[in-house]
Amino acid sequence: MASINQNMHRDALPDFRNLGVMLRIVLIVLGFSALAALAQAEAWAGVLNQLVRVSAAVQPALMLSLLVLWALSGWLRRLPYVEGIVAVVLIELLVAAVVYQAAQTLAAGNPYTGLERYWLFTLVATGAVLYYFHLRSRALSPALTEARLQALQARIRPHFLFNSINAVLSLIRQDPVRAEAALEDMADLFRVLMADNRDLSPLEREVELTRQYLSLEQLRLGERLHVEWHTEKMPGDALIPPLVLQPLVENAVYHGVEPSSETGLVSINAYKVREQVHLVLRNPYRKQGNHHSGNKMALGNIRERLALHFDAEASLRTTVTDDAYQVHIVIPYRTQER
Amino acid sequence: MSRSAHALRIVIADDEAPARSRIRDLLEDCAASMTLEVVGEASNGRELIDLLQHAPADVALLDIRMPEMDGIEAAQHLRKLPDAPAVIFTTAYDNYALKAFELHAVDYLVKPIRLRRLYDALARVRSITPLPLDVLRDLAPEPRKHLSVQERGRIALVPVDRILFMRAELKYVTIRTLEAEHLIEESLTRLEQEFRDRFVRIHRSCLVARDYIDRFERGADDTGEGGWVVVLRGLEERLPVSRRQQHVMKEFGRL
Repeated sequence: MASINQNMHRDALPDFRNLGVMLRIVLIVLGFSALAALAQAEAWAGVLNQLVRVSAAVQPALMLSLLVLWALSGWLRRLPYVEGIVAVVLIELLVAAVVYQAAQTLAAGNPYTGLERYWLFTLVATGAVLYYFHLRSRALSPALTEARLQALQARIRPHFLFNSINAVLSLIRQDPVRAEAALEDMADLFRVLMADNRDLSPLEREVELTRQYLSLEQLRLGERLHVEWHTEKMPGDALIPPLVLQPLVENAVYHGVEPSSETGLVSINAYKVREQVHLVLRNPYRKQGNHHSGNKMALGNIRERLALHFDAEASLRTTVTDDAYQVHIVIPYRTQER
Repeated sequence: MSRSAHALRIVIADDEAPARSRIRDLLEDCAASMTLEVVGEASNGRELIDLLQHAPADVALLDIRMPEMDGIEAAQHLRKLPDAPAVIFTTAYDNYALKAFELHAVDYLVKPIRLRRLYDALARVRSITPLPLDVLRDLAPEPRKHLSVQERGRIALVPVDRILFMRAELKYVTIRTLEAEHLIEESLTRLEQEFRDRFVRIHRSCLVARDYIDRFERGADDTGEGGWVVVLRGLEERLPVSRRQQHVMKEFGRL
C-alpha cells in the first residue's frame, strides 16, 4: 500500500522561496497588468500610459506578496493543499487591502479606483498563479518519478563493477584483509545505488559514497589515480540530489585517468559561498579519449535532475582547457530543518 | 616450474596490476596440469611489443582496454613479429568489443576469468589460427596510435602523431617523421580512411598531417609544375598540391 501511495500524485503549493517560482509569479502578474492596460486604454497610444498606471497600482502589492509568501513559505507548505490555497488567497486579499489603505493615506493622486476592483484583480491574478503552479506540478510529478529512474541509470558503469570484482578476486589470496575492506566498500556502494534515490541527500553522505568508490578505483589503478579532496569548507548538511557527485567522479576517472599510463589528478572541491553550495571537479583532459557520448549522457542526466529539484537556482557548467576538464555545479544551500 | 622445451611461454598484458596478478595466480593453478611459464608482463600494448622483441612467447593474454596502445592495436602490430604469439583477448566488460567479437567468432576470456576457461583456452592455443588483419581492423574502435615498421627483423613503432606525411611509392608507402623515413606495406587509401581526422590528401599519392601544415606557397616544387606547394613545419621538402586537391587549401585559410 505504501508503495502505491508513493507513486500517486500529491498536490502541493510551490516553494515560494525558489527563484524560478518567484520569477514565474512576477511574469504572470505582469502579463495580467498588460492585459488590463490593453483593455482600459482607448487608443494604442494610451496603452503605455495605462500600463504605467496599472503597474503603479499592482507592483507594490506584488512585491509585498512575494515578501510575505517568502516569509510564510515553510508554514504554508506544511498545510494541507486546500487549506494552503485558502491561506494564500486570504493573504493576497489582506496584502491588497493593506497596500490600498497605505496608498489612500499616503498619496493624493493615487492610481487606485476602488478596493473592490483592486480585490477582484488580486483574486484573478492569484487564481491564475495558483492554477498555473497546479498544472505545472501535475506535469512535473511523473518527471520526478522519472528522476529516480534516471538516478538509477546514472549509476556505476558495468565496466567498473566487473573490473572491481576482478580486483577483489586478485586480492583474496595475497591480501585477504584488503580484499575484505574492498568488498565492504562495494557492499556500501551498491546499497546506496539500489536504494530509492528520489529524495535529496546530505552532501556528507554523497562525499562518503564517492570516497568509497574512489578507494575501489585506487585498488585497480594504483599510482595512476591521484585524488585531492578540498572539503574543509564543505557544508556537510547541505542537501543535494543523490548520485550527482559519484557519477561525475566516475566520469573523471574513466575519461581523465584510465586512458593514460601516467598519473592523473582528480580534484574535488566542495565549499559554500553565501547561500550557495559549490562543487568543482577537475580532471586531466585527453583529446584522444573515446566514449564521449557516454560522458554527455551522464552530464545531461545530472543537469536535468538539478533542474527538477532546484529549477533555475542550480547550474552546471563545464569548461575545457588545454589539459583540464572542469565541472562546476552550484546548488542553493538547503538543509533538513528548513 | 621447470623450463622444459615444451613449456608454453605466456605473456600477460593488462594495465591494472591486480588483474595481472589474478591471471598469474590462475596460471599457477593451470601449471598443475600443463607445463607453462610466464615470460613477461606488460601494462600496455607498446610495452608488450617491446617485451616480445627479446622474449618471444607462444601466447599473449591481451587486455582490450589499455592506455597508450589498446589490445586490438597491439594484436595488429605483433603479427609482424617473426614468431608472433597466439592472442587470447581478455576483457571485463565492453559492449562494443564483445558484440564485434561474437560477430567474428573471436576467442576471448571475460574477466573475472574462470580457471576452467583459461585452461581450455591454453590447451587449444596451438590450434588457434591468427585473426585476419581486416577483422582486427574492424574490431578497432578508433584509429591506431602507431604504425609498425619491420626493420632488420624487428618491429619499430612510429607514433602516428609524429608523422608529417605519407606518400605512396610503387607498392610501398613512405612515412616521414621529423627524424626519419620508413617504408610500410599498406594502402594509402586505407590509411586515408583510418586517419581521416589527422591527415588530408593534397595529391593522388600524398597525405599530409593537418597539424604540421605551416602554409601554402606558389610554385617551385621539385617537379617544376609551377602549381601550389605545401610547407610543413620542420621540413625542407616542399610537397606539391595537385590541381584537383586545391580545395583543401580553403580549409586552411589560403585562397
